[in-house]
Amino acid sequence: MHPAFSVIFFTVASGAGFGLFSLLFIADVFKLGGGFSREQLIIGGLMAMGLVVFGLLSSTFHLANPKNAWRAFTRFRTSWLSREGVFAMVFMPLALIYLASIWFDAPLWLRETFGFLTAVLAWITVFSTGMIYACLKTIRQWNTPLVPANYLALGYASGSLLLLLGAVVAELDTTPYIAMSALIISIAAVLKAIYYFWIRSPGLTPTINTATGLTRAKVKLLDTGHTHGTFLTQEFGFQVARQRASLLKIVVFVLGFALPGLMMVWVFGQQGQQMAAIVAVMAGLAGAAVERWLFFAEARHVVNLYHGAQRC
Amino acid sequence: MRLGLVIDLDVCVGCHACAIACKEWNASGTIGPLSDYQPYGAEPSGVWFNRIRHYEMDEYPNNKTVNFPMSCMHCEDADCVTVCPTGASYKRPEDGIVLIDQDKCMGCNYCSWACPYGARELDRSSGTMKKCTLCVDRIYDQDLPVEERQPSCVLTCPAHARMFGDFDDPDSAVSRTVRERSGFGLMPELNYNPTNRYLPPRSTPVIPVEPKSRGGLKESIKQFANKLVRR
Repeated sequence: MHPAFSVIFFTVASGAGFGLFSLLFIADVFKLGGGFSREQLIIGGLMAMGLVVFGLLSSTFHLANPKNAWRAFTRFRTSWLSREGVFAMVFMPLALIYLASIWFDAPLWLRETFGFLTAVLAWITVFSTGMIYACLKTIRQWNTPLVPANYLALGYASGSLLLLLGAVVAELDTTPYIAMSALIISIAAVLKAIYYFWIRSPGLTPTINTATGLTRAKVKLLDTGHTHGTFLTQEFGFQVARQRASLLKIVVFVLGFALPGLMMVWVFGQQGQQMAAIVAVMAGLAGAAVERWLFFAEARHVVNLYHGAQRC
Repeated sequence: MRLGLVIDLDVCVGCHACAIACKEWNASGTIGPLSDYQPYGAEPSGVWFNRIRHYEMDEYPNNKTVNFPMSCMHCEDADCVTVCPTGASYKRPEDGIVLIDQDKCMGCNYCSWACPYGARELDRSSGTMKKCTLCVDRIYDQDLPVEERQPSCVLTCPAHARMFGDFDDPDSAVSRTVRERSGFGLMPELNYNPTNRYLPPRSTPVIPVEPKSRGGLKESIKQFANKLVRR
């Protein structure tokens, strides 16, 4: 699959935004490390919402006909893409009510109810983002429950790193934030490792024989019937060299998981805390972006069978 | 009704006439135009509803070329319709034709990701997805003579490799042919239930060739002379 940068940016930014908002609610409920002040919670919440809005806006850049984008909310019953849009739109007012109840010192039950609803909606929205890809039977590398699991784990991992930076800036006790972040990043790393192991040979897949129905003998492509590329070859023909993919997987693990882990040790060591937290956030987001690029680059759509691939 | 095509892989000569006729009709049809990019340039490309690929079965000396026209299969379980977030993609309940409402499409490409047969192509000039309409603007046209109320590709095929009809009627020509010739759908393991059927190439008996006779004295001298002369 052709990796579109607007979609990569969208999934990384909105994942981090939703992750940050839900973890901010947890930090607020349990007053982790002493708890953020009212102003700090508002700033953190608005930053998370900013990431989400920024991501959603960038996702419209890959549309060829964006004037009809508003119609994307209409097929909620069948389409995961539509569901993601609807959930993201429901998230916004709930998140605003939660932030307003913090600002105006609303009763605790109101504040926590809306905080909880917002956190649940954030989870559902990121899950829907993952399901957009996981529901496609045409791409074996995506058609697995590991995909929404990875989207959630990585979204929350980048959110937790942003929250850790917030805790450092707000001069809270960072220990609970480090523990939370370390736990989520470990889960994300393990899930990603399972996924990379799994897609090396993803089980039974369609072949050129089932694609053409000519199952009694070996089949090979003689001619694609077009002199230059088509929409299909541009969209689905992209292929990443195996060696390059392996190298990028190492980059994902070093940048996305190892370096933030190391930086957390630094933060825990109380020296150069702010710098270490900033490096952790940058590395985590860069790692997530590389991971997302690979996620698209390594996916092989079955239409490639008609263009000569023996199996997908 | 469940309208669709039958394509005879045994008969198809791979002339691309169906694709040309399709482009000609649909460029000015309800879903047109079908934009071309650099048609006379170095990298010609464009939107087509029907594409013909060429494959080779088995290996020499038992090989056989199979010409393979492909358009929308008008699937029973069309994921391209269910994944569409705007409702632009729809399947007509009355005849099973899958269409795209050009006024609703936002060009997100998601339906093309869901189609295993590569039937959908984005038109960069209108920013919308386009696909085979089964010549919906032809097959119901009361102004046309009855025998011409068929998709363009079927009418034009010089080898009569294409048939159009109703698969819900067990006695229709398409249903009977598919039964008799063991017609099949493509990639059945994905469970899209494609309507279009393909008829497999026949295993033709080998035509016996008599061994060449040795010929008389005159023939032997000719052959000897042929060997001597340097050309």
